[in-house]
Amino acid sequence: MIWNEKMECASRELMSEVQSERLVNTVKRSYHNVPFFRKKMQEMHLVPEDIKGIEDLHKLPFTVKQDMRDNYPYGLFAVPMSEIVRLHASSGTTGKPTVVGYTRKDLASWAEVVTRTLAMAGVHKEDIVQVAYGYGLFTGGLGIHYGTENLGASVIPISGGNTKKQIQLMRDFGSTVLACTPSYALYLAEVIEEMGISPEELKIRIGIFGAEPWSQNMRLEIEKRLGLKAIDIFGLSEIIGPGVSCECECQNGLHINEDHFIPEIIDPETHEPLPGGSYGELVFTTISKEGIPMIRYRTRDLTRLNYEKCECGRTLVRMEKCTGRSDDMLIIRGVNVFPSQIESVLLEMSETAPHYQLIVEREGTMDSLTLQVEVEERFFSDEIRELQGLRKKIAHNIQSTLGISVNVKLVEPKTIERTAGKAKRVIDKRKI
Amino acid sequence: MLIKQLSVFLENKKGRLMEVTQVLGEANVNMSAFSVADTSEFGILRMIVSDPEKAVEVLKAKDFSVKLTDVVCLNAPNQPGSLAKALQILGNDGVFIEYMYAFSMGESANVVLKPKNLDKCIKVLQDHKMELVKASDLYKL
Repeated sequence: MIWNEKMECASRELMSEVQSERLVNTVKRSYHNVPFFRKKMQEMHLVPEDIKGIEDLHKLPFTVKQDMRDNYPYGLFAVPMSEIVRLHASSGTTGKPTVVGYTRKDLASWAEVVTRTLAMAGVHKEDIVQVAYGYGLFTGGLGIHYGTENLGASVIPISGGNTKKQIQLMRDFGSTVLACTPSYALYLAEVIEEMGISPEELKIRIGIFGAEPWSQNMRLEIEKRLGLKAIDIFGLSEIIGPGVSCECECQNGLHINEDHFIPEIIDPETHEPLPGGSYGELVFTTISKEGIPMIRYRTRDLTRLNYEKCECGRTLVRMEKCTGRSDDMLIIRGVNVFPSQIESVLLEMSETAPHYQLIVEREGTMDSLTLQVEVEERFFSDEIRELQGLRKKIAHNIQSTLGISVNVKLVEPKTIERTAGKAKRVIDKRKI
Repeated sequence: MLIKQLSVFLENKKGRLMEVTQVLGEANVNMSAFSVADTSEFGILRMIVSDPEKAVEVLKAKDFSVKLTDVVCLNAPNQPGSLAKALQILGNDGVFIEYMYAFSMGESANVVLKPKNLDKCIKVLQDHKMELVKASDLYKL
């Protein structure tokens, strides 16, 4: 089913027209209501009238995650707080999260785009959707929740974790759609097998998986073990949350809801826009959002765009599954982790951070994070108890700052490999 | 009375122990007592050496994490029950031992002790006429 045929199957002319009109409007509103954005435009000697349509998009300044931190918490909001009805936040470096606000209309647009993505995935009114994304500040749970209700399907708002209960409800309630991270889906498959439940006892037929990178192989494994069709959904809270783009049943690229979010591909080094089909960094401009419009937000995700009409009938531009990032952010079990966050935790413990290295591995289905820390003389105690205490303290501080468990390994000084004197901070051994 | 014990941080990796002993050997530093405390991932090598300062210098130059810790060494007769007697005295007076290791040589045995409270440990042992080994004597062994 195509939820919004008019927009999802629009001709390029109509889409450009809608995008241009909304872009002009967004720039105007941002210029007049967000001092930070106005200043940036002024520095570039731009006035809102210079932006006449999407052909002028490239003239606008970029927005990066740091801008959100610098304007924490509400500095980038384009409406007064009286218009904001919901706040979400994502984990941030040095303890400060990035905050996003939604007006009533934003929540309606969000539900609309999520509904489209669910319909793309093949979900219909009769389905029972088990939402195992976390509910709360994270946009995953509530985002899928309201989209599902808007579609008219039934929601089981179970949130993340509590695996045995997930499986019990999946069986007893006859869930037909599972929405969670792909690694959690694989973990569920494992526990289902351990519990001696055969996939035939379950009615799950579609999986809506996202919030972390996953490979084609992982897709095939999930599909085989859970007996479902695994659909990739993409989103980020800065843009709206889940629902920015999603695969249709053809599973050949993710359709971007481009009447709400205009995508661009840029060269991450020169920042120049790249022609259609080139690999580069994905940049989004929101054109319907009121609460916190984002102009040319650099996602740091690397991908490319395909403007050809899809077999499903949709003309919405498709992005390829993201292949990597142009910064050092890691996504571990759905949590965004920057090596700099680890560094700031270590810095809190002493004046200069010891040399460290993060090793990310995928053991079975779950990502595991090992932090190697060099035991320099100032950290060395000749008592086992003290050193074990140091390990525990580091792991605890990381857990409480980043919300992720980490195995801390103490290693000898100068044993972490250095290239040109600089330690390599991250080794990602996951084969994604 | 105080003895400078050399401690070295070691990962549980093949060949590391050999490297430490090699570095010390090349620097002509002799080891008179030696023990390894280990966990599943790392270990702490503790030793009494002929020249603690020199040992620290050469190991540091090879990027080892090293430390000198004050310990005491008790000399007890090499016969059944003598260590029990010493430990009973320390226990009765509330001296907590962090770790210890011992080696015997003929008639007597040397027990290296790392008490929580060094001064108290020395006083208790001396009050009970226990024999403490002098640093200079121990380094020469």
